[in-house]
Amino acid sequence: MVAQRLGLGLLTLFVVSLIIFLGVEALPGNAAEAILGQSATPETVAALERQMGLDLPPHERYVKWLGGIIKGDFGVSIANSRQISELIGVRLANTVFLALMAAIISIPLALVLGILAALHRNSLYDRAVNVVALSAVSFPEFFVAYILILFLAVTFGWFPSLANVGPETPFWDRVYRCFLPAMTLTLVVVAQMMRMTRAAIINLLASPYIEMANLKGLSRARVIVHHALPNAWAPIITVIVLNLAYLIVGVVVVEVVFVYPGLGQLIVDSVRTRDVPVVQACSLIFATTYVLLNLTADILSILTNPRLLHPR
Amino acid sequence: MSKLKDLERLLAQGKITRRDFLAQASALGVIAGAPAIFSNQALAATPNKGGKFTAGIGHGSTTDSLDPGTYENDFMINSSFTRFNFLTEISNTGELAGELAESWEASADAKTWTIKLRQGVEFHNGKAMTADDVVASINHHRGEDSGSAAKPIVDPIEEIKADGNNVVVTLSGGNADFPYLMSDYHLPIMQAKDGGVDWESGIGTGPYAMQSYDPGVRMIFKRNANYFKPDRAHFDEVEMITIADVAARTNALATGEIHMMDRVDIKTMHLLERNKSVKIEETSGNGHYSIPMRTTLEPFTDNNIRLALKYALDREALLETILRGHGYIGNDHPIGKANRYFAADLPQKSYDPDKSKFYLKEAGLSELSVDLSAADAAFGGAVDAAVLFKEHAAKAGITINVVREPNDGYWSNVWNTDNRGWCMCYWGGRPTEDWMFSTAYASGAEWNDSSWEHEEFNKLLVAARAELDEAKRRDRYVEMQRLVSDEGGVMVPVFNNYIFATSDKVAHDEQMANNWSDDGHKWAERWWFA
Repeated sequence: MVAQRLGLGLLTLFVVSLIIFLGVEALPGNAAEAILGQSATPETVAALERQMGLDLPPHERYVKWLGGIIKGDFGVSIANSRQISELIGVRLANTVFLALMAAIISIPLALVLGILAALHRNSLYDRAVNVVALSAVSFPEFFVAYILILFLAVTFGWFPSLANVGPETPFWDRVYRCFLPAMTLTLVVVAQMMRMTRAAIINLLASPYIEMANLKGLSRARVIVHHALPNAWAPIITVIVLNLAYLIVGVVVVEVVFVYPGLGQLIVDSVRTRDVPVVQACSLIFATTYVLLNLTADILSILTNPRLLHPR
Repeated sequence: MSKLKDLERLLAQGKITRRDFLAQASALGVIAGAPAIFSNQALAATPNKGGKFTAGIGHGSTTDSLDPGTYENDFMINSSFTRFNFLTEISNTGELAGELAESWEASADAKTWTIKLRQGVEFHNGKAMTADDVVASINHHRGEDSGSAAKPIVDPIEEIKADGNNVVVTLSGGNADFPYLMSDYHLPIMQAKDGGVDWESGIGTGPYAMQSYDPGVRMIFKRNANYFKPDRAHFDEVEMITIADVAARTNALATGEIHMMDRVDIKTMHLLERNKSVKIEETSGNGHYSIPMRTTLEPFTDNNIRLALKYALDREALLETILRGHGYIGNDHPIGKANRYFAADLPQKSYDPDKSKFYLKEAGLSELSVDLSAADAAFGGAVDAAVLFKEHAAKAGITINVVREPNDGYWSNVWNTDNRGWCMCYWGGRPTEDWMFSTAYASGAEWNDSSWEHEEFNKLLVAARAELDEAKRRDRYVEMQRLVSDEGGVMVPVFNNYIFATSDKVAHDEQMANNWSDDGHKWAERWWFA
């Protein structure tokens, strides 16, 4: 079953690479024109295209690139002739750092809030936490970010408005500088995870075995944490993993607002300059992230619920 | 040379200004190393040394390359002026001065230039700068396969060779402004290496040495301890950060995380002005918005039509609406107030629907319908400007159909092609009249975006280029501005100001350069902490 899923994942990646390549091909202009900007004359464009190998037909460029990937070589950026692996390395680490930081704050928070909401269903607390979380997720990310900057950076000056980190930034300094972007992301992802936790648990509360536990005279908290939660893990894990994937691939707006050097900014720059190898490498990394995380979600769901291994 | 000595003495005694000095010195055909002469006066201001300066720059992309032939955005231009020196520079008072060139001399026809190099200048790695380095650095942009954006500038160079401590350049035609061209940000002096130049290391002779570079993120510099200008480069360290989002840039300046931001948002500028710890700086330069018409395509082949359109635009309204007053009115030629031979007495074209109708009638038409292509890639607010123009022109019986074009590929598919007859455009301006005219108005120039062919203009251009007599040059350039304004294919409605902001801790010379934004992009060299 795992092997089948892996195979399908690889197929997905191949199709993704093809779609991305064709998509970038369909955009007007090419890298040579984008690099030269207003300086683009037929003469300079032609010279630069020759230098960069852009005069080859599209299918040849695609096959050449895919061959390189299989050998583990992402190639060189056609815009600045740097190794793509080197270009992506630091950025990927930054993106993963921010995603992990946001996840470490948001996942426990979402679980606790969700369980408490299920426990005190329809209470004032339940309603309040739902309203707050849904409001936070309804605002666009940049708005949440600007509100946080306005209060925490400009008015009170507790945190920097720039998440200006470099490879040599010490760990705790990095955590401090990334606090505002991580808070923004937390506010954006908490609602979905919290509400799924609440819904999944409440869904189970009508089951006969929960009724049995209630009849035994167990406390509500014990019923929910020890009896309902283990069976509710599968949907919760799926939602958590989807949000994790989002934290890695979908944070370009937050990166721009806080000037955080992550992968999102890299891919936007690369699309703008038609730097096809970099765009494809980033897209493949994003696609791989999704495929791997979904695989992890499936495996974790199976581990928490062995019945899934034996479909009736 | 005794005349020059006299001038130096007069300057030292304060009997003539620097501007007069340079004007007269260049009339002699020689300009000595200006910084050495000026250093006494500059020392009076006694700038403080030290500190780490952080700048937030609106440009900069992960795809940027260190190759100077590819520099096209403000991040790389700033970095070029921070790391490198050039043969010449435009000083903060707008004059041409020698940088790595100590002096230069032209032959009578201004075709052969002998450039004497400054001695004892070292690269950041300790190697001495030689004439071979200069030759290799210029050759980097020449040749068939050069993809360099500076190719049009170096194309007229027929031969460049080292001659001991001198560099001798032979041009295909006389050019009195050749030393100006050598101040272009694409043409830094780098180390010669294996028949080419070493641009990969980022090493130059400039005020600061590059310590680290992460494209699209930041570049960090350390002061060049052996810098040859004694009164420049005051910071210990400089950090340039790319902050593409203007709100993020403004926040960073307001919270004191950066000391300088470029490209202040005109719309929110009045709010930033309230912040007491921020100084907003504004310089009037040569950058201008233009609306080129293809004079080879109908209906723009008729000069009456072109004039009808020129009188159908309310420039004042454009200046007030699009630039909120931060600029000045243009007169349909590209020469700005920062240029030497700006024709201030030329009659100003203004909004006059009746005159517009008159010229339309001259062309044998009672009404006109034309397409105007616009995208904000041309300049921020270009589409709004086009719509505004449409409203103005309607009163003169002209229907303008505003065609919204994609930003992507605007410079290759829309501007300067025969696909479109008329579009919005932006020009950064050039320090000399000849540079501007031969780039965008001369017959056969790549970027002649109006494909304008004017025999008299082209003759004047060549004559003025090789003319070493100041008064005659001025007359010719004034006449050329008149020709472009009255008969040219380009509308130049407004010149925009450069607006940037600094922390109140930053100090600079009384006058700031206006050839480019941010003190001519030489803030790292020129500014200090008060």
